[in-house]
Formats: sequence, structure tokens, C-alpha cells
Amino acid sequence: MSLDLEIQLIAVLVAASCALCGSFLILRRMALMSDAISHAILLGIVLAFFVTHDTASPWLLIAAAATGVLTVVLVEALHRTGRVKEDAAIGLVFPALFSIAVVLITRYAGSVHLDTDAVLLGELAFAPFRRLELWGMDLGPKTMWVMGAVLLLNVSFVTVFFKELKLATFDAGLAAALGFSPALLHYAFMALVSVTAVGAFDAVGSILVVALMVAPPAAAYLLTDRLPVLVVLATALGALSAILGYQLAKSTDTSIAGSMASCAGLIFLLAFLLAPDRGIVAQARRRRRQKMEFSQAMLAIHLLQHEGTPEMTRECRPEHLTEHLRWLPQWASRVARQAEREGLITRVGELLELTSDGRDLARRAMVQ
Amino acid sequence: MTSSLQASAVSELKALEVFDLTVAYRDKPVLWDIDLSVPHGVLMAIVGPNGAGKSTLIKAILGLVPAAAGEVRILGKEATKQRRLVAYVPQRGSVDWDFPTSVLDVVMMGLYGRLGWIRRPGAKERQLAMEALDKVAMTDYAQRQISQLSGGQQQRVFLARALVQDSQVFFMDEPFQGVDATTERAIVDVLRALRAEGRTVIAVHHALQTVPEYFDWVTILNVRRMSSGPVEEAFTEQHLRDAYGGQVPFVSAAERAAGSQPPVR
Amino acid sequence: MIGEMIGELFSDYTLRTVTLGSATLGAVSGAVGTFAVLRRQSLLGDAISHSALPGIALAFLLTGSKATLTLVLGAAISGWLGTLFALAVVRRTRVSEDSALGIVLSVFFGFGLVLLTLVQRLPTASQAGLEKFLFGQAATLVTRDVVVIAALGAVAVLAIVVFWKEFKLVSFDPEFGGSLGFPMARIEMLLTAFLVIAIVIGLQAVGVVLMSAMVVAPAAAARQWTDNLRNVVVLAAVMGGLAGVTGTLISASTTKLPTGPTIVLSATALVVLSLAFAPNRGLLWAALRRRRNRRRIRAEAVLLDLYALSRQHTDPLYAHPEGSLEAMGQDRDVPWSLEVLADLGLVAQRGPAEWALTPDGTLHAEELLGLRASRSLAEA
Repeated sequence: MSLDLEIQLIAVLVAASCALCGSFLILRRMALMSDAISHAILLGIVLAFFVTHDTASPWLLIAAAATGVLTVVLVEALHRTGRVKEDAAIGLVFPALFSIAVVLITRYAGSVHLDTDAVLLGELAFAPFRRLELWGMDLGPKTMWVMGAVLLLNVSFVTVFFKELKLATFDAGLAAALGFSPALLHYAFMALVSVTAVGAFDAVGSILVVALMVAPPAAAYLLTDRLPVLVVLATALGALSAILGYQLAKSTDTSIAGSMASCAGLIFLLAFLLAPDRGIVAQARRRRRQKMEFSQAMLAIHLLQHEGTPEMTRECRPEHLTEHLRWLPQWASRVARQAEREGLITRVGELLELTSDGRDLARRAMVQ
Repeated sequence: MTSSLQASAVSELKALEVFDLTVAYRDKPVLWDIDLSVPHGVLMAIVGPNGAGKSTLIKAILGLVPAAAGEVRILGKEATKQRRLVAYVPQRGSVDWDFPTSVLDVVMMGLYGRLGWIRRPGAKERQLAMEALDKVAMTDYAQRQISQLSGGQQQRVFLARALVQDSQVFFMDEPFQGVDATTERAIVDVLRALRAEGRTVIAVHHALQTVPEYFDWVTILNVRRMSSGPVEEAFTEQHLRDAYGGQVPFVSAAERAAGSQPPVR
Repeated sequence: MIGEMIGELFSDYTLRTVTLGSATLGAVSGAVGTFAVLRRQSLLGDAISHSALPGIALAFLLTGSKATLTLVLGAAISGWLGTLFALAVVRRTRVSEDSALGIVLSVFFGFGLVLLTLVQRLPTASQAGLEKFLFGQAATLVTRDVVVIAALGAVAVLAIVVFWKEFKLVSFDPEFGGSLGFPMARIEMLLTAFLVIAIVIGLQAVGVVLMSAMVVAPAAAARQWTDNLRNVVVLAAVMGGLAGVTGTLISASTTKLPTGPTIVLSATALVVLSLAFAPNRGLLWAALRRRRNRRRIRAEAVLLDLYALSRQHTDPLYAHPEGSLEAMGQDRDVPWSLEVLADLGLVAQRGPAEWALTPDGTLHAEELLGLRASRSLAEA
């Protein structure tokens, strides 16, 4: 396998893992927990490194994941004291843990390759140089195997607990009533996020983990209403960001991780603008169409409510519409013309009168 | 007919007139074509099932949520020009009661509108705020931090903040929600005192059985206006069934109360 | 070492400049941050500070200047754009606020890193030194920087003084403010604009990665000491300034210690102290209160047990063995409770491990049972 291909494969594995657990994070409105966790795990890595003096030790991974869960526990404990709000608790805990880690690195570990650049940028470009060798055979980059395992873990967790995750995400109360333990699942899930963040951290650095965990699922969330589709789509968009990001970084000779995050952001921006149903453009188009439909219904309801009432002669004139429905005269006459064309109303002298179709429309609109 | 209608409009000042008010949230109508006409000097309850748009109606009247269509007039003029004559009591749960401020401070917020930009409240405003607190029997709590209040006390503080505005028309969003019996009594007393002074109170209300006792005017709402008028006319089982879809809580009690006992004047 | 530093503070011009700069930025972010924290927008600061990075890099790429004002302006513009984008996403789609903030902070930051790698390849890169904006390097502050920090900070503080009433209203009850006729959306925007300013002036010294902590920590610490908004704001400014100075001095006195993390850890220390020891809200006092309460309840339970025993006997003041009391309720630390009760004169020891009610104790037990008008144990 070429160097290029290996890097891209690793990037795709990272992005897919992040998107998988990110999907549930964003739906549970805990997206910023990924920010907190991805920063705080550095402390676990640094502390484990001080003990083992080996950056390749699996203890780094375990300690980091434990710090991730510890962050969640600390945030919740701080929030539960009632002295600070939850958002402030997050904003207090992770900068503190991260700061301790950065101080430790710069003070005591400067000479080894744990440095602050790696913290922010990751080391994807160097990943292929650390090979996994067994019985003298080269099995490919070590990171690839680690991320493959992390992805496998994510896929298994999400598949096995899909029903429970779905329930806990949308209705924690019901989940508890049905006998699932939302708390247990919550911490198991947070451990998964931590493990994923640790794996991804190595490749893309702490802040860009957030981009891969949040942006692709959020884009997918604008494209579909179905949870299984969302999860798959988020994974695909994450992988796409990874490949596009790598190609872009290679051709412009810039930061791979930064470029991957930019691509993930770009994909979200495109979804934000162009998503078929929920995008800004579709919203504007729909709004224009609905404004007419809405106005038709309003006109019909208005006429229906005043049909046969003493105020009818006053309320059912076109001029009144401009006055009381706050419509511009042009708009009012356009609505009236359109309604007439569609056979919803007829003109009787000065007055607008509903046809039976118009009456139906009004009644239907009102029971909505 | 038209001429008599105009004549009555001239002779009787309306606290609130709403014409064809429609409010939509993300393309979905929340209120459809609401018309209301409320005389000055009444206590009006707005009732309806959850999601009927009761709070939204008040917020739309006050211009806090944009209306898709319609017009609102307060005491004969466009609502946005009458802010000095209007007071608003939001839902108690809409604010953070752990906010670092005192009871007196919250009540003085009612005077911010009168003070305008930048000017700060002074001794005179403190005096007015204390008087308002006196009306809800909360002067002893003036310097308390607001997190130390019970639910009922919080509601009274909100009421005092509206009273200090010395307005003509009061809009209250569920003033009786989760308050103790003493506070409920105290609020009813305040409402009656306001009516005795010729002011109008329009309140979102949940407990149907107390409507005939506390209010003399009612609007039944469920996206559309189901009925609006004096309690003895508008608060009927049929209208309630229209709004609540057949399952009316307390309807028989409310009917009995409305039928047997004239609204308290 | 600290004494030496303070001595230097008054003699060393550079150190004085640096300290003054970090004190000012700490004070401003503390004061402005209070409103963000009260409005539950603690993490908006995180998004703003991260999204400032591409602005800094672009400002340098476009102008070739690394003048503080230019870079701060670039930072402010892109921080503001990031905020607006997050707000637009929240307002126009179903994506929740936390996701929108997460996207903005990570994507803008990632794009900033791309631009930084471009900057590093420029021939002038070696002197650009934009890396200091990542973790902050207060030591690089010069007089010109401090002037910019102080001027922008003064504008923000002045705005808080002038619009005090309006900012209080928007933080506590924006809907009510709207009903009074104040344009609350615009006031919110104004407040957010000053949050952006407070953040960008701190970036050079604290860095984009950790500046958000300077918005949250001083306010969270100050809130524990007082229930008055004005005092919270003033105290947050003081604590922010203190954290700024402490962090800077420690970082300046040690080689290879970035300023940002040091300042953040100083601020965190203030938070921890405040959470533990602040009067009223301090967790330590709350724990002590809880413990006292638990002990009182335990002692009362033992007293009532003894009362129940005495009712079975013709002589109400008859002594009962400690063992029977132990048997009546677990987890009450009976010997200890008896000693407390004895100190209060409610029970008396009649023999080895034999206890009896005193007349006072009988009275009090009857009060607890509601047989008499009540009087709390504390008063007894």
C-alpha cells in the first residue's frame, strides 16, 4: 500500500468512528461534550506517559479514555452542586484539565514527541512511519490497526445497542421505565466517545476531533429524518471530508487535519444552504410558495368567519384585507385574483364571497 | 347594524381589540385569524388546552413574537404605541431565579420602560417599588436574594413588578401556576383591586373550575377563537368541548358554577 | 521567588508592561464574561475565541502587518462571523445550539490552522510569530499592545456602565424587557459584540485555545461570593485581573511555560477556592451544615427512642441500658448522640452505659412529637 493510500485509509477510519458516536452526541445535545473530552484526554495521555515512558503503550489509551469519562463525571458533579450552570461547568472543567496537561508537556516532556503542535494538529502525516510488525512481517501502520479496532468497537456498540441508544436519546424517561438503565448506557457511551476521541486525537489533534464528531452528523441531520439513515450518512460524509481534506492539503501543502475540518465545515455549509427540505434555499422557496397558500387559506378563513355576520359588508371587501390582514394592496389583489382563478372565491359586486371549494379549504385549514 | 356597531365603538373604550391575528411558527400556524374585543375594566381569562396558543396570543399582542397578519389595538391605539399603558407578567419559569439580584431590584425593572435608555432608577423609583411590594405583602423580602423565595413569593414579586408600572391593561401568563393558597388569594385580591380602579387584566388561566369565580370575561382558545365574551355567555360546555375536543376536565363543575352563580362583581 | 518578582515588577519596564496588559485583559473578560455566564452562553466564548484564528492569519496574509490592531481587528471580524453563523444555524435549522457552536469552533479553527501553515511558508514567516496566538505568550506584549488592550477594554467597560440597566434586563428577563419596548435583539447583539472584543484582546496573551476559560472562570468564581449583580461584575473583573497577573508572573519567571495555561490554572484555582469557601454558597459550609443537621436528626431520634422506653416504665426518669437504644435504630452512633444530648442537659448518665431522660429531655421529646408547642433542639 502506498503512503498516500495508508494516510487516507487512516483518515477515513478516524472520520467514520467520530461520525458514528457523534451522531448520538448531537442528537442528545451534548456536542460540546466532545470538545471537553477531546481536550481533557490529553491529561490522561501525559500522565500515563510519565508512568510508562512509552508513547506506544496501550496504557496511554486506557488512561486517556478514563480521563474522558472523568471529565463527564466532573462536569455533572459540578453542575449538581447547583453553584454553576451546566454550560459553565463544561467551560470550567476542560480548560483546567487541558491546561495542566499543556503545562506538564512543556515543562517535563518537551524533548519527546509529545508536544503542543501534535496536540493541536495531530500527526497523521507521520502515522505511516510507525509500523506494526509481527513475526518480522509488516502489517501496515500501527495507527491503522488502532483506528480499525476503534471503528469496529463503534460499529458493534451502535449496532448492538441501537434500540437502547435511540430510546435513551429521544425519551430517557421511557427508557428507564422499560428497564434500560439510561445512566449505565450514558457512561458506556461516554467511554466510547472518549476512546474514539483518543484514537482520533493521535491523528487530527484535539480540536479537530470536534469537527469530525459534530459537523458530518449535523449535516446529515439536515438531510434525513430517519436515525439509521442519519448514522450511515454521517459516516459517509465524515469519510468524504477525510478524503477531500487530505487531497486538498496535499495539493496546497497545508495542515491535513485543518483541511479535513475545513472540508467537514464546507459540507455542513452546503447542507445548511442546499439541503432539499431543510436548507436555507429550500426554506426560502417553500416560504414563497407557502406564503401564497397561507394567504389563500387566511383569506378563506377570514371570509368564512365573517360569512353571514353583520360585519360582512365591511370585512369582506378587498380594501379591508390590506387594512386588517396587514397586506400590501398589491399582494391583497394578487391573492384575491389567484383565489378567484382557483375557484375559491367569487366576486359579488364589491364583496368577495367563498365558493364551496373555498369553504372546504377554510375548514380544512382550521382543523390543522 | 353597521351604524349601531360604530356607535358602540365610540361610546365604549376597548381595552384590547384584535383583528384577524395570525401567528405562524416555522410555516405552521399557531394562531389562526383571531378576533377579540375586550371592554376596559374587566378581568378576562384566556383558557384552552395545551398547545392552544394561549401564551403565544399574549406575546403576539405585546409584539414579542411576530404576527403573520392582523392588527392589535390597545385602548384605541396601535399596541406598539401604547407600551406605557401595558404591563406584562411572564411565566414564572421563564427566568433564572438564581440570578444575582434582589427582590427590590426585580420590581424596579418595571420602571425601566418609563426611565428610558441609560437613566438609572433612584430614590423615587425605590419608593414606588416598595409601595408595589406592599400591595402583595412582600415588603419584608425587599432585600432578599430572589433565589430564596418560594414559588408563590416569586409570583408575587412578578406581580409587584407589573403593578409598579401603573398600567391600564395587564397581561399575565399563568399567574396562578404552582402557587400556594395564600398567594392565590392574594393575587385574586390584587386583580379585584385593579378592576375596582377600572383597569383591565387579561390572564392565561389553567384551572377551568375557578374561571367563573375569579373572572368576569373569558376567551376560549384552540388555535382559533372558540368563544369570547362575558363568562355567563361565553363559558359554555359546548364551547369548551369545541376547544378541548370532547374531553373537558371539570366541565360539569364549570357548567354548574357558571349556571348557578353569577360571576363575582 | 514571588517577592523577587514583585520587586522586579516595579523596576523592570517589560515585566510591568506585560503584567499591566494581562491584568487589563483579565479584568475586561471577567466583567463582560459575567453577562455571558448569566445568560448561559459560557461556551459561546469558546466558539468566538477559536473562530478568531483564521481572522488573525488572514489579516496577516492580506496586510503583511503584524501590528496588534490589525490582527485584533481580523480576529474580531472572524469571531463575529463565527457567532453570526452559529446563530443563523440555530435560528434557521433544527440543529441545536451546542452542535452549532461545536461546528463553528472546530471548523473555523481548522481553517485557521490551514492558513497558519500557509503563513509559515511565507519568506517573512520566521518573524510572524502567529503561533503565540494558539497558547498565548504574554511575554511578547509590548507597550503598543497594552494600549490597544486598554483602549478596547475601556470601551467595553464603559458600555457596561452606560447600558447597565439594559444589559441587566437582557440577562434576567428579555421577554419582559421586550414588553417595555426595549429592542432586546439589538441589545443582545451589542452585548455579544463586547464579548467578542473582550475575547480578542486576550488572544495574544492567553491564546485562542484557552481564552474562553477567562470568560467563564472569573464570573463563576465571583458569583459564589455575592448575590448582587454589580458586585459580581466588579469581583469578576478583580479576579480576572488577579488571574491574569498571577499567571503572567509565574509564566514569565519560568522558562518554557506558556502563559495561557498558567493564567487559566490561576483562574481555576480562584474558582475552586470560591466554590469551597465562599460564605453562604461555599460547598464546605454546605457540607458542614448538612453534617450538623444529620447529627441533630440522629440525636433527636435517640432522644425519642429513650422517650419511648421511658413511657413503658412507671418512672419516666428510669435509666435504660445503652444496648436497648442501639437495638432500636442502626446507624445513629448512639454513644455519640447521647453525649450530645447530655451536653444539652436532655439526658443524664445513671450508671455504666445506663441513661435516663432529664425532665427537660421529656419536655423536649414531647415537643418533637408535637405533644407540646414546638421549640427546636438548637434553641434548647
